Formats: sequence, C-alpha cells, structure tokens
Amino acid sequence: MSAVPLLAVRDLTVRFGRRVAVQHASFELWPGEVLAIVGESGSGKTTLLRAVHGDLPADGGRVLYRLHDGTLAPLDGLAEPVRRHLARTEWGFVHQNPRDGLRMAVSAGGNVGERLMAAGMRHWGRIRAEATQWLRRVEIDPARIDDPPRTFSGGMQQRLQIARVLVTRPRLVLMDEPTGGLDVSVQARLLDLIRGLVADLGLAAVIVTHDLAVARLLAHRMLVMQGGRIVESGLTDQVLDDPQHPYSQLLVASVLQA
Amino acid sequence: MSLPAYSFAYLDEQTKRMIRRALLKAVAIPGYQVPFASREMPLAYGWGTGGMQVTAAVIGPDDVLKVIDQGADDTTNAVSIRRFFALTAGVRTTERTAEATIIQTRHRIPETPLAAGQILVYQVPQPEPLRKLEPRETETRRMHALAEYGLMHVKLYEDIARHGRITLSYDYPVLVNGRHVMAPSPIPSFDNPKMHRSPALQLFGAGREKRIYAVPPYTDVVSLAFEDHPFRPWKAEAACGLCGATETYLDEVVVDDRGGRLFVCSDTDYCAERRKAGHRGAAAGHALAAGEGG
Ligand SMILES: Nc1ncnc2c1ncn2[C@@H]1O[C@H](COP(=O)(O)OP(=O)(O)OP(=O)(O)O)[C@@H](O)[C@H]1O
Ligand SMILES: [Mg+2]
Ligand SMILES: [Zn+2]
Repeated sequence: MSAVPLLAVRDLTVRFGRRVAVQHASFELWPGEVLAIVGESGSGKTTLLRAVHGDLPADGGRVLYRLHDGTLAPLDGLAEPVRRHLARTEWGFVHQNPRDGLRMAVSAGGNVGERLMAAGMRHWGRIRAEATQWLRRVEIDPARIDDPPRTFSGGMQQRLQIARVLVTRPRLVLMDEPTGGLDVSVQARLLDLIRGLVADLGLAAVIVTHDLAVARLLAHRMLVMQGGRIVESGLTDQVLDDPQHPYSQLLVASVLQA
Repeated sequence: MSLPAYSFAYLDEQTKRMIRRALLKAVAIPGYQVPFASREMPLAYGWGTGGMQVTAAVIGPDDVLKVIDQGADDTTNAVSIRRFFALTAGVRTTERTAEATIIQTRHRIPETPLAAGQILVYQVPQPEPLRKLEPRETETRRMHALAEYGLMHVKLYEDIARHGRITLSYDYPVLVNGRHVMAPSPIPSFDNPKMHRSPALQLFGAGREKRIYAVPPYTDVVSLAFEDHPFRPWKAEAACGLCGATETYLDEVVVDDRGGRLFVCSDTDYCAERRKAGHRGAAAGHALAAGEGG
C-alpha cells in the first residue's frame, strides 16, 4: 500500500441549522479498500457520505483526495470545474433510491453512456458497445438497452445505477445503502455482484449500511456512528467480534439476538 | 409621423439602452444567454416580442427592415411586425434579402447569403437547449458555466437508439465559438450551416423567457453530432415546382382540393428572384405563383 491514502476526512462537521448531523468525523480510505459505515437511523451516515462527495457544504473540517500526481488535495481548495470533473470521472455515488441516481426518462444505454459522453466520447457505436458490456457485467440483459429504467425491477435499477457509475472506471465509489429496500434474495445477489466488481476493478469504496452482515461480507474496515459521531472504528472482524464501545456492543448484541 | 405618444421604434430610450447593454454582453460572449428585463409589446408572447424588442433596440432611421415568418414575407405575423416598425420608426421596409439591413425572422434563415453589415434577428420561444432534459434552471446554468454538455449528447444518443439516425430536424443544438451550446431557435437544421462564420451579426431574442443571445460575425457555429453519425441537414428530396431550385429548403403545400401537392421554396423572396431571372420549375405558371414575384 502507498503511503498516501486515497481519501482523508479530517474533523468533518455538518450542521442543519442548529442540529449537528455529523460531528468531528475523521477517517482515511486506502486504494482498493472497502469501508463500511454502520449506525442507527438518523446517526448521520448519509450526511457524512454526501459531505464527503461535496454535495453538502461542511461546517468544519476538510476532505482531502489524492490526485494523480500523488498529492493529497483539500476538495474545498479545488476549483468547481475540477471538482465536478473528478466527481463524474474518478468518483461515483450510488444512491439508496435509484430515482436519485438515474435519469428515469432516458434509456438504460443512455444512462450508462452519459458519463462517457460527459467525458468527451463522441463515437455512438463505441458508447453503445461500452454500455452493452456494462449491462452484461451487472447482469442486465443487453436486449433491455433501449428500455427506460422505470420498466426495471428495483434490483435491476440498482444494478443499472452501479453500471452508470462504474463505466468511467472510478477510483472511489460511495454507496448509500445500495441494498436497502430490496428483497432478501435480491439483496444477496446484489451484494455478490458488488463484491465481485470491487475486487475485479480494485475499487476503493465506502458503503453505508444498516446491516452488519453487509459490512461483514464486503468491508475490510468499518466505522460505527452514533448521534453524528464516529464512536468506533477498526477492522470489520475485530469490531464485530470484539466491540469496544458500549453502543457497538449493543448493536452487535441486538443482531445476535435477532 | 402622427404617433407622438410613442418613442422612436416604440420602446423608450431607457429600455433600449438596457437591451443594448444585454446585446453587447451577448456579443462579447457568443452563445451565452443574457437575462434581460423583457417589456410588454403590443403583441402577445409567441408573436415574436423578444425579436421585436431586439429589433427596436438596434434599428435606426436609415435602416431597411425585412420580416419573415417561415421564410415568407406575407404572413399575418410578418406583415404586422413590418407595419409596426414602419409606423413607429418610420423606416423603409423591403422583401428583398439583399436590400435589408435588418431582417427579423421566425423559423428560417434566408437562402440569399447574408453580407457583412446585415443583422439577422431571431424570434426565440425557448432559449435553453438543455431545458427538456434538465428542468432545473440552477442546473442548466451550472452546466453552461462549466461547459458540461454530456447531457446534450445523451439526447442525440437516444434519438439514434430509437430511430437508427438523428431525426431531430428543427432547433438543432449548436456549439458556438467552441464554448457555449446554443438553441438556434426552431429553424430547420438545413439552415444551421448558414450560421457558421456568417458575415452578418446574428441576434436572438426570447421575450417570454427574458433572454438575449448572439453570434457575432465570422463565429464558428457547429452542429452537435457523433463521429459515426455526422450532422446531416435535412431537406425534401425534390426541386421547387415554381423556380426549379434544388438547393433550397422546400415547403410541401396542398395546391387543390383533390390532394394535389407541390414543393416550393419556403423563402418566397428567393424563389421570386429566381423566377424573375428566368428559372422555371416543373409546375411553373401554377396559380400558386400568381400575384407573387411581380
Ligand atoms: N436536509 C436535511 N435538513 C435537516 N436535517 C437533516 C437533513 N438531512 C438530514 N438531517 C438530519 O441529520 C441527521 C442525520 O441524518 P442522516 O440522513 O445523515 O442519517 P442516516 O444515518 O443516514 O439515517 P438513515 O439510516 O435513516 O438513512 C438526522 O437528525 C436528520 O434528521
Ligand atoms: Mg441515510
Ligand atoms: Zn423556388
């Protein structure tokens, strides 16, 4: 592993009015590493993810990202065009609700091809070939390439969202409950798919989840959040098998009882 | 003139100054949409009030005005706008493209190549080329600011996916000066190449949407496309029945109550000039041509 992390979050604080949604959060993410963020509803997981992605302004602290020249650059110091360019080429965001991450009126092929076109690809046949290949890769029948996502099942929409993001070969993917709201069997298949893609592409990923089993299956390391704070962090197995913080202990115990 | 209640060309000087400032900014940033405080004109929106305000702001007593609607000088809309400026500005009007110093247009660019010193004023219903794909103004503004135009190609991608080729044939988006994507107004894509490096100044006014934009003379105007689906301006595969022209944009008109049809130049001035010069089409002498071209 290199000496510089891919992503470094330092002392990040996000407020909504007087409510502090994320307080002094710090963590690092290394290339190829999968980090899970767990915690109860309202603990600040989505807010943290959106602030890291630059969709929400931070009220304190910084997010640093390793550029290709190896330097760790604070995102708020980059010009907006540079940041937006990174966001649509090197990063991906997979939303919990596919409606937030897909263009529902545009065909599956157009959804997958959009980032390629945004990056300047101007050969229709090549865009189409890439989209076909990515549909196949996320286990969507390429015959559906001209269908709009509203004709897809929830699991398919989620897989389409993943294809749309991965098509530019990002280095970093942020996923907010990617399996939330899906049937258990569909969840399992999607998790398998994500695990395979992350490994094949050497992606670094942050995955927000309610589900400790998801963390166990996918993540090298995990963070536990409570009331906007990161109360525990460590290797996934370590945290799940030997939680230190009382809240983590409660969380693990409640799963074991269920 | 007997209309003392009106300023020259209807609008008061302060309003014209405001519009001219917007126009100067528009010319300085080709293809960029400049907001302006659109005024009420004595015509309803949709009748070219944006174009009329632009014309009113640039016209002078020595100008010669031509107004066309779908290529024709004699539609109700074209006639009333021409009459309006004849009354309020006392300017000379013409149907001849070559004689005009200002041409206000809806839906066409004249076939006769424009010359340096001429101004073409377009009436624009929807200035935002990204609007149908992205309804949020804040988003489209940011896309223009950062030149993020991937979405525009998504629209063309979808067209090809659905029809095997680009079928978009009106208001076909263009990249101006290598920087801003612009809606050329609902002219046929056939006319797009005429915008490219035109010696004339091209001004665009959208009244309802309160936007002005411009293409200064000799500016690059390139129609968006894919490498393997290049831009092809569409026109009917026919010759003008009246003047025989094969290089013009044609309208298909019903000529009798038995469903008879005829292709004729949509640019009535151009067609008449050709006939005057002796060119004859397959249906030359048709009643449709009577009363025209004299
Ligand atoms: N847009 C907003 N405006 C005001 N408060 C917000 C907003 N978004 C989130 N919050 C508040 O911030 C806190 C953290 O919310 P967040 O959505 O980050 O939680 P979460 O951990 O993702 O929860 P869940 O598991 O239910 O998705 C909550 O108290 C929430 O009410
Ligand atoms: Mg959430
Ligand atoms: Zn003709």
